[in-house]
Amino acid sequence: MSTINPPVVFTQDELGWVSWIDPLPEAELTERHFNGLVDRARAKSEYFRLLVRDPEVLEARTKTDKDIFYNVADGLPRAERELAAAATSRYNGCIYCASVHARFASTYSKRREDVQKLLDEGVKADLGERWNAVVKASVALAATPIAFGPDNIKELRSAGLDDAEIVDVINGASFFNWANRLMLSLGEPSK
Amino acid sequence: MATQDIIDTLAGIAPGSALDGIRARRLQARENAQKSYLSLFEPIDASDFSLAERAAVAAFVTGLHGESPVATFYREKLAASPDGAALLEANDAEIARGRTSGPYGSFPAGPLSVENTAGLIYRVSAASKSVLGTRLVAALEHAHLLVFRPRDAASADMKALLAASWSATGIVTFSQLVAFLSFQVRVVSGLRTLAAASA
Repeated sequence: MSTINPPVVFTQDELGWVSWIDPLPEAELTERHFNGLVDRARAKSEYFRLLVRDPEVLEARTKTDKDIFYNVADGLPRAERELAAAATSRYNGCIYCASVHARFASTYSKRREDVQKLLDEGVKADLGERWNAVVKASVALAATPIAFGPDNIKELRSAGLDDAEIVDVINGASFFNWANRLMLSLGEPSK
Repeated sequence: MATQDIIDTLAGIAPGSALDGIRARRLQARENAQKSYLSLFEPIDASDFSLAERAAVAAFVTGLHGESPVATFYREKLAASPDGAALLEANDAEIARGRTSGPYGSFPAGPLSVENTAGLIYRVSAASKSVLGTRLVAALEHAHLLVFRPRDAASADMKALLAASWSATGIVTFSQLVAFLSFQVRVVSGLRTLAAASA
């Protein structure tokens, strides 16, 4: 019998995640797997011990992720990269991903209530011109067929983003179409 | 010899262009998106997920997103695979049957249920089943779910793949491939849109 207690609303609380197929046991991890995990501490996570079944893909995915979100030497502020991730997750319906990146968006922006509004009201919530443009662009990118077009670029530019910052939005939002699909389909969140 | 960057190629980003310069500021992401592509399509071990299966799933997934340089690229990859011609024909027919608009699907029962959106529950046609075989039939049905209604995914879907003789490792790589393509097709589309808006 399952002991999972799945969340039924979007939240900024910390959630767990339980895999539907077998992760590798920690005791069976080799150097090849640790290279795939990038951070050795990730061996404690069921999610990463599942993905490490393909260590080369996991390593490349992790390094792509880290540069898109953590490289803040220039470009879009971290808060707005996290906003793009949270908005994409809200739209695709990934409660777990949204919880993590909504928390990050709140931490870096100090706009916890606006972030909560995105979670509560959805991607049409009014968050002010700049955030609205980032959310709308992320949503247009997440749609299939992709709905991102010249109007999104125009709105991002009038909200003050330069082309390098727009590329950060494109990268951040696109990356979460990757992350959401793994988190949603290989297991489920637990309160 | 270094392989040409696949996202730059598909997005039409020329060396020395403004977008080339911007992409160079996220060098680790650029290089590792490339490594992701290579690990998925030129893996060191394809025993759990064959190269032809990878090409078929990629052509299906990118084709479901509509016509694009990315879809053409993976269609050609499939055409060059063993049994490519037969698979391509079945794949094209299935793309035509599977095209719709997403994301849709259901949320866990509760306050979010008002946001549930119904849509196509895609199943491979009887005619294509014999060409594709059990493993690819299960793969295309699951790939369609991942593309259009990922929030519908349930543990039963993992059981369906296991029952179609997918291993746990094969499922992980297959899921990564579909999810990676969902990223790649969007980055390429976004960069093309930005380049056109700056021209």
